[in-house]
Amino acid sequence: MATAPYIVIGGGQAGLQVCDSLRKLGYEGELLLIAEEPVLPYQRPPLSKHYLGGELDATRLSFRPASHYEKLRVELRLGLRVTSIDRERREVVCSDGSRVPYGRLALTTGTRVRELTCAGADHPAVCYVRTLADSDRLRAALDVARRLVVVGGGFIGLEVAAIARKQGREVVVIEALDRLMARAVSPQISDFYAGLHRDHGVDLRLSTGVTAIEPAASGVHVLTDGDGACPADVVVAGIGVVANDEIAAAAGLECRNGIVVDVCARTSDPLIVAAGDCTMHMNGFLGRELRLESVQNAVDQARVAASTMCGRPEPYNQVPWFWSDQYDVKLQMAGIGMPCEHSVLRGDPAAGGFSYFYFRDGRLSGADSVNRPADHMACRRLLAQGTMITPAQVGDEGVDLMQIARG
Amino acid sequence: MPKITFIDVDGNSRECEVPNGISVMEGAIQNGIEGILAICGGSCACSTCHSYIDEAWMDAVGKPDDIEDSTLELAMDRRPNSRLTCQIEVTDALDGLVVRVAQNDG
Repeated sequence: MATAPYIVIGGGQAGLQVCDSLRKLGYEGELLLIAEEPVLPYQRPPLSKHYLGGELDATRLSFRPASHYEKLRVELRLGLRVTSIDRERREVVCSDGSRVPYGRLALTTGTRVRELTCAGADHPAVCYVRTLADSDRLRAALDVARRLVVVGGGFIGLEVAAIARKQGREVVVIEALDRLMARAVSPQISDFYAGLHRDHGVDLRLSTGVTAIEPAASGVHVLTDGDGACPADVVVAGIGVVANDEIAAAAGLECRNGIVVDVCARTSDPLIVAAGDCTMHMNGFLGRELRLESVQNAVDQARVAASTMCGRPEPYNQVPWFWSDQYDVKLQMAGIGMPCEHSVLRGDPAAGGFSYFYFRDGRLSGADSVNRPADHMACRRLLAQGTMITPAQVGDEGVDLMQIARG
Repeated sequence: MPKITFIDVDGNSRECEVPNGISVMEGAIQNGIEGILAICGGSCACSTCHSYIDEAWMDAVGKPDDIEDSTLELAMDRRPNSRLTCQIEVTDALDGLVVRVAQNDG
């Protein structure tokens, strides 16, 4: 009996990694990658950083050249959307009406931006950053803009704010919560970044909600529940993302703020795995369920998903890590530090390089490092190995953490 | 265009033309060199473009900066001639460079 192809739905980092890993693991059968965007799979992190700043051209965003997919015998179906999964007949149904049978299926559908819902949110001055097309549109808009309003003080919004300040634009950042990047970092790091952006001339408005976007004689006015309206030529909203789990849910797979998978990336259908931003997954390292939006999660979970597809399931237990570039400052996060019982400073914020190490249940849970890559790398190794370390040790710069991590 | 010779972990050697201005890592990716993964895309965050610089080229390539030096701690089998190829910009001065790809997968 000829086996139906393995199909990967979604052309992001996780989708590419599933394909690469399947071949590395020895899967020899037919392999299809179906992706909605009409371009070769590309890196998203630069879209709010160097690419937006004009330092990279689009060809340098591709993960791999076209020849890579030929060599790997991955059939690319780009510009094609999967509209449904027929689990009974084991077929995916595509936007062009075609039905493609599958032997096994990997869902790497990623996320899409959460859109503003206030009055006037559909004004053409409102931009988002998720896809290459989004970033191109914003890049063009920034070229001729004088005033930018960023809605949302998370990674994306702040990275865009930093690029726009470098380009000399007037920038207002409006954040509903009382601190920046609140979902990802500790209050101490938030405060440092608030100072950093203000020092670079950003008008930062915390604890402020956007109520409406009104057309103005030139551009728009962003109305808030705080003081006054903010005039803008461009508005960028970075208010989070939504998992693309609709086709999974419609096919009867369990979904809960993402496609629910176990520690081996299995959905509730044994023939279907899922990986990357779109999954609500059991993380073996953390011992709990969560959804992560990161390069690390996309790559490491995709490897696990490919192993499962090859009949060699292994648990996903990698240490999460993230990074963000704003101005010339590199923020690196290891583990999931928060919530924590203790936070310990290492280094000196005034000197520009420092880390906060976090402890939960008496153990190291993570660290946020600002221009301190050595701390970040040491923390990743300490967490991965489960090495015991005390708050006193990490707080003492005389203690070489990497030496301890090396064992 | 500068020529760079990549030697993969299986010992396969290939001379590739790589344009100035991009990184040695990008040159490897464009030429389909096995074993250069570059998961973070060149942000010096992951160490999966780790390679060994041929001894004769170490001065021309130079030493890693602090960020790269720290990131190399994640690499397997780090040696004195270890570099992350995403941090090396291709210039005419590197015409003839020989790079051995390290074990980057797993």
